[in-house]
Amino acid sequence: MPQSADKVKDHISLFQEPEYKELFQFKKENYECRATEDEVANQLEYTKTWEYREKNFARQHAVINPPRACQPLGAVFAAAGFEGCMPYVHGSQGCAAYFRSHLSRHFKDASVCVSDSMTEDGAVFGGLNNLVEGLQNCNQLYKPKMIAISTTCMAEVIGDDLSAFIATAKEKEAIPADLPTPFAHTPSFVGSHLTGYDNMIKGVLNYFWDREAQRERKANDKINIIPGFDGYAPANNRELKRYLDLMGVDYTLICDVSDTFDSPTDGTYKIYYGGTTLDDGRNAINAKATLSLQEWSTEKTLEYIAGKGQEVAALNSPFGLSGTDAFFMTIAKLTGKPIPEAIEVERGRLVDAIADSIHWLHGKRVAVFGDPDYTYGMTAFLLELGMEPVHVLCSNGSGEWEEKARALLASSPYGAGGQVWRGKDLWHMRSLLFTEPVDLLIGSSYGKYLEKDTGTPLIRLAFPIFDRHHHHRFPTFGYQGALRILVEILDRVFEVADASSDISYDLTR
Amino acid sequence: MPRQIAFYGKGGIGKSTTSQNTLAALVEMGQKILIVGCDPKADSTRLILNTKLQDTVLHLAAQAGSVEDLELEDVMKVGYKGIKCTEAGGPEPGVGCAGRGVITAINFLEENGAYEDVDYVSYDVLGDVVCGGFAMPIRENKAQEIYIVMSGEMMALYAANNISKGILKYAGSGGVRLGGLICNERQTDRELDLAETLAKKLNTQMIHFVPRDNIVQHAELRRQTVIQYKPESKQAEEYRILAKKIHANGGKGTIPTPISMEELEDMLLEFGIMKTEEQQLAELEAKEKTLCAAS
Repeated sequence: MPQSADKVKDHISLFQEPEYKELFQFKKENYECRATEDEVANQLEYTKTWEYREKNFARQHAVINPPRACQPLGAVFAAAGFEGCMPYVHGSQGCAAYFRSHLSRHFKDASVCVSDSMTEDGAVFGGLNNLVEGLQNCNQLYKPKMIAISTTCMAEVIGDDLSAFIATAKEKEAIPADLPTPFAHTPSFVGSHLTGYDNMIKGVLNYFWDREAQRERKANDKINIIPGFDGYAPANNRELKRYLDLMGVDYTLICDVSDTFDSPTDGTYKIYYGGTTLDDGRNAINAKATLSLQEWSTEKTLEYIAGKGQEVAALNSPFGLSGTDAFFMTIAKLTGKPIPEAIEVERGRLVDAIADSIHWLHGKRVAVFGDPDYTYGMTAFLLELGMEPVHVLCSNGSGEWEEKARALLASSPYGAGGQVWRGKDLWHMRSLLFTEPVDLLIGSSYGKYLEKDTGTPLIRLAFPIFDRHHHHRFPTFGYQGALRILVEILDRVFEVADASSDISYDLTR
Repeated sequence: MPRQIAFYGKGGIGKSTTSQNTLAALVEMGQKILIVGCDPKADSTRLILNTKLQDTVLHLAAQAGSVEDLELEDVMKVGYKGIKCTEAGGPEPGVGCAGRGVITAINFLEENGAYEDVDYVSYDVLGDVVCGGFAMPIRENKAQEIYIVMSGEMMALYAANNISKGILKYAGSGGVRLGGLICNERQTDRELDLAETLAKKLNTQMIHFVPRDNIVQHAELRRQTVIQYKPESKQAEEYRILAKKIHANGGKGTIPTPISMEELEDMLLEFGIMKTEEQQLAELEAKEKTLCAAS
């Protein structure tokens, strides 16, 4: 027997037992209608060629392993960053389950979210009743301070009008009229999770500033910061706050999930924990300026904020030395506050560390994939390290992203051989890695299949990371974060060096 | 924000003709206008553009691969006296979802600045309120007033009442109001009287009674509005009056009070448009008798 109660085998060793091996072999021979081993091997070799790559890139009607998610995921993430807020998905239950599991698998923390469970009836008659009853149940069971409503494909295809439905729910007294209910239409088949994030942040601000009451802007000296859709948000937002406190800046983080997705275990389960307070959200209209750390995740939001008379600025996921420099200089410019010496010291340490290791990184060829701001910021850092970003791949970047990424590569001799791949997926990346190989691959957990397939070492530095724990608890943002990214890259470089060394298997590197 | 109005009505009632003639009259009054055709037939702009059907947003999107690949100038044509014309379009009959198409097209137009620098946005919407997508133009921040094009025929009256139900659904939460009924004369019995009675029951007004005139067909064969084809004609003057009335009607729309089916049928019986079962049976019998006698 492969399993016994005295010695329980885990998933990995269990299926190596002869019983299972025979079973798999039998199934393969009798039921799988497989081509011969030779044919499979030949085909596999063929998929590594330039010829196959060209066919692959001519592919129009299928997407294979896309490094992107759908709009409501971003909306649920955005909603989770506000105090006492319940993310509410108007549509199918399965969608809400996907958002929850996706976030929980990454953050290793509970992710709350409700849906109003639309079924065939809802599709035929419209989801009004689902929304009215759903809001009522949600409010009574979970006592939220705010319910942020997004939609799934089904509700969007049939054209459910959230604004009208929510107003009806309030008229019918399903929920109190003064319960904040921001909303965002987030059709999954348009844009990506970043579009949904943008829509929901805008929806929340729009609710506070226009819908709840017509709020007049009385400018003060605070600044707003929108961190963006960031898998490292728990640690990065804390780091961000530490820096701002060091500078003595008066600020509001708009959407702060640092506690929501990283809550302590202290014996009591809290449905809601942390987040931007609702009053801070309301008063954010008065800030003198808003800075977004992810330009391409906040386009509509920034446009809306600018329309209220605020100065707006945006960065592209500031990583590394010049990225972090740009962040501090922007803050200094917006607030008029000087950059304290303590921060300069941190910067000096990073410069020192880079100088210590740069000979190991110089000329290393890298492929990067992920969200538009992420790939841009990461590419900028790699260039600083003297590494060569050969493939920069982004499935959900705009034409503007593509242009800017090209210009970035062109700005450095290390970017000379770099190529930008917009709207491509990880199966395209596979062809790239076989035909124009690199030394390292930087991206999310979804890159692990490419690692296995192509033998390119993967460095997990992007959302989602499902198969390694707690990465999000340490920052990638700022000089400290840059140091951490540097160490992750170096560790991988040294592991590869050790693994491939014989006579050069050295104690010191 | 431009003023936004929408024309709804039963299919084939002359919505597109009425709306285009009225808008041609409005443009004479110095108004800058954008037409958003929301009918998969895509005939809401041909009299303004003097062309065959305009390429629609969705047709062009399908060719380009996705709506995101389109530019505003691809889908917006300029017609009679500077009227900007767009057509949402829709899928082939029998497939896809036309309602979602309307949502996609309107979102595209709004996001790409089509609504900027115009005084009027006019939606021309297919037949009846059939699904959420076709209610898009009456959502919040869209059309403030709906004009229902109808006539003295039974189905047109049913449709007018149904559309009122749709408006009522959104009137409480958004700002949409019923601007009035436009009666397109079909020369049915007591048509004017009937239209006015229905208007009263729906808590609205019969904003104008457009008399029947063949000149409209003559103009249409030339892909023109009457305003363009025969600007001095009596019919052109009728559309000018309607345009003036609509222009002056801004903000005066009402929340409709749609009536029950029974109430509607009673009204039709009263006006002799619908017959009671007894009447119908009696007529059928009489008809059969004459047939028997003839053979």
